[in-house]
Amino acid sequence: MKMQETNASANVLLKMEGICKEFPGVKALDNVHLTVKAGTVHALMGENGAGKSTLMKCLFGVYSKDSGDVYLEGRKVEFKNSKEALENGVAMVHQELNQALKRNVMDNMWLGRFPRIASWCPLTSEKKMYEETKKLFEDLEINVDPKRVMSTMPVSQRQMVEIAKAVSYQSKIIVFDEPTSSLTEEEVEHLFRIINMLRDRGCGIIYISHKMEEILRISDEVTIMRDGQWIATRDAKTLTMNEIIKLMVGRELTNRYPEKDNVVGSPLLEVKSLTAMYSKLKDVSFVAKKGEVLGVAGLDSSGRTELLENIFGIATRKGGEIYLHGKRVMNRNARESIANKFALLTEERRATGIFAIRDIQANTTISSLRKYYYKGFPLLNNKKLTEVTEWGINAMRTKTPTQKTQIRSLSGGNQQKVILARWLLTDPEVLLLDEPTRGIDVGAKYEIYQLILNLAKEGKTVIMVSSEMPELLGVCDRILVMSGGQLAGEVDAKTATQEEIMTLAAKYA
Amino acid sequence: MAEKDNLKKIGDLLLNNAMYIIIALAVVYITIMRPSFLGIPSIVNILSLTAAKLPIALGIGGCIVLTGTDISAGRVVGLTACISASLLTTVFKVFPDMSNAAPLPLVLLLVIGVGALVGFVNGFSVAKFKLHPFIVTLSTQLIVYGAILMYLMRGVNNGQTLSGLADNYRSFITGTLFSIGGVAVPKYVLYSLILTIIMWIIWNKTTFGKNMFAVGSNEEAANVSGVNVMRTIIMVFMLAGMMYGITGFLDGARIASANANTGLNYECDAIAACVIGGVSFVGGIGRISGIVVGVLLLQIIFTGLNFLAVDANMLYIIKGLIILIACAIDMRKYLVRK
Repeated sequence: MKMQETNASANVLLKMEGICKEFPGVKALDNVHLTVKAGTVHALMGENGAGKSTLMKCLFGVYSKDSGDVYLEGRKVEFKNSKEALENGVAMVHQELNQALKRNVMDNMWLGRFPRIASWCPLTSEKKMYEETKKLFEDLEINVDPKRVMSTMPVSQRQMVEIAKAVSYQSKIIVFDEPTSSLTEEEVEHLFRIINMLRDRGCGIIYISHKMEEILRISDEVTIMRDGQWIATRDAKTLTMNEIIKLMVGRELTNRYPEKDNVVGSPLLEVKSLTAMYSKLKDVSFVAKKGEVLGVAGLDSSGRTELLENIFGIATRKGGEIYLHGKRVMNRNARESIANKFALLTEERRATGIFAIRDIQANTTISSLRKYYYKGFPLLNNKKLTEVTEWGINAMRTKTPTQKTQIRSLSGGNQQKVILARWLLTDPEVLLLDEPTRGIDVGAKYEIYQLILNLAKEGKTVIMVSSEMPELLGVCDRILVMSGGQLAGEVDAKTATQEEIMTLAAKYA
Repeated sequence: MAEKDNLKKIGDLLLNNAMYIIIALAVVYITIMRPSFLGIPSIVNILSLTAAKLPIALGIGGCIVLTGTDISAGRVVGLTACISASLLTTVFKVFPDMSNAAPLPLVLLLVIGVGALVGFVNGFSVAKFKLHPFIVTLSTQLIVYGAILMYLMRGVNNGQTLSGLADNYRSFITGTLFSIGGVAVPKYVLYSLILTIIMWIIWNKTTFGKNMFAVGSNEEAANVSGVNVMRTIIMVFMLAGMMYGITGFLDGARIASANANTGLNYECDAIAACVIGGVSFVGGIGRISGIVVGVLLLQIIFTGLNFLAVDANMLYIIKGLIILIACAIDMRKYLVRK
């Protein structure tokens, strides 16, 4: 089945036809096609593993495709690497930023094509770099000093730099791979302004995202993939969220959130005027109850993560007190916090969550090893290790071939389940979850929500940070809103609206 | 398509086992050229030398699992060998006031303590000041070397080689464990075996061992997971230091003398053996069995080259190439193919 584009072909910027790619034992792409027209935003959707990334990697020559053709403005092309693609006007803004963090913004912008003082002189021109970066940033309304060092900037700003870089290549096709996963609502608006600007200039935008609200807002056309196959290409106006989900998962997903049946009990955790030493977290006080799912909303650098890190003791506190069951706990470091029955699922799964090259068993048991000794003898008992890992895999319904499989070969959702199991084995009363569903596909998200609610039902207190407001409204009982390092307010998740939360989030920002 | 895949698979298999294949070919070649290479005296010789070099490799292995290294190892062996030789002797040049050799167990504990102390300084500096182990151990290597030289100047020794070791010290280490075909197997082979078993238990059966692998594979995640990262790093280096101390104790008697150059470059062989045995500089990966195999294979090669009467200077070039090739092959496994 091919789309007929004969009369509109002048309008077509990029056409990928019959793309196949096979890895040993897996058919990653099976006769996939994609047509992107000039001046449109084309959303590419599908669950993790559906083949979106593989398709893009075939476009950029990261993978060599087994068969199929790529046409750029009617001309057949085959890029050998992403540099060649860039030179031909095809750029990509990656989900994982590959930036030279120790260098400044403009060094990163011009990397690989530093302007020279003069064509005969091999010295680079800082002045040209600065001026052109400045001009581009003004153009895109990006408020960043070109001389600022990357590592001192929040992820969202680094992402903006990456986007500006793609634009600076005068690209005709720009691929955005999950561009909003680390952006706040406000920054998303900014990104959309930039995308709309590019669209008006006649660029073709390929937009990969899991966030359906965004897709429906920004895109003109939507292509949906599943299991390496092309499923449908539709006009975005005619699509609804439920239809997309149905096409993506191949079955009807009636509810995006599980039914809330947890019972909120008596106060368990009390935090009094928590203030951080090295971040702007200031004077935060709240109470969390037994069996409650307490959400924490706020913009990207509002202190949400810092709040959890300070409670858990992996960030240095300047002041404030923490009470559990009315008794003061110090939580000076992670070990003490774990002993006090706290657990923290970190935001950056890859950087601070998983031990990538270690197996599922090692990843599951690392926080509770002392429980698996032989009786009265401090040597580890293999049988016990295997048993608890098996329990973890079953309880979380983790999909893994064996418990000796390296965790890095699992999908994001399954990795997250392994880490959740790791924490449950420490028998916590308070679970601090930082972006528990980031980078996880729709089906797995639902399972994570279910797990969170089950924990609450068991009487545990769950404190959950998320930048996805619908998720907070769907899963939590109450939501704390952070702004500029302070607690801006608290809302009831049953009655609150996104606008209400946004207003609070902007209070001290 | 399928044929191409199969060829690629065979190629990968050959490359991944290249080290073993090269060594197997070498053994076959050497045996054809010099049939006595596989005779009992030669095999016992290879096993004894392997046993002698094993403890230091077992120590360094832990440092490599932490993505670190330890280049102070050889010098610590030198220092502890000199201490052992100066105390367990019949001619007391370093301590002219002594008239009898010190008790063996006391000296053993002393050198283990000295090794642990250097290890503590290494580990503490790495963990507390976040310095790269290479820089830290480069510094301690120099410091320890200075200490050896000063130690050898003590008393009336004047920097000379220490020899004339006490009989009980020599026989405790190089005495006959048992004989095969008239060839004596020295006692230190047994000690090396015991150390290997202890290290295997530490690596595989203790919380400390699991924590070591976790810190090596992701230090940040280990910290969040409640691992005492600082203590783990210090303990890995201290354990390594203890192994060097024991190696020094064994080496003094094994070589029957000790001087400022005892132990020189031991760390090179040990690191090479670890890498050949699959302890990866990527961190978080390695097995005790791999280290044993690595030391053994390296020893087979060196003994074989001696059998072929290869120029001693050439040996260094071959050693260097082996390390380079082994690391390159090892790295292939962890590269994300694009």
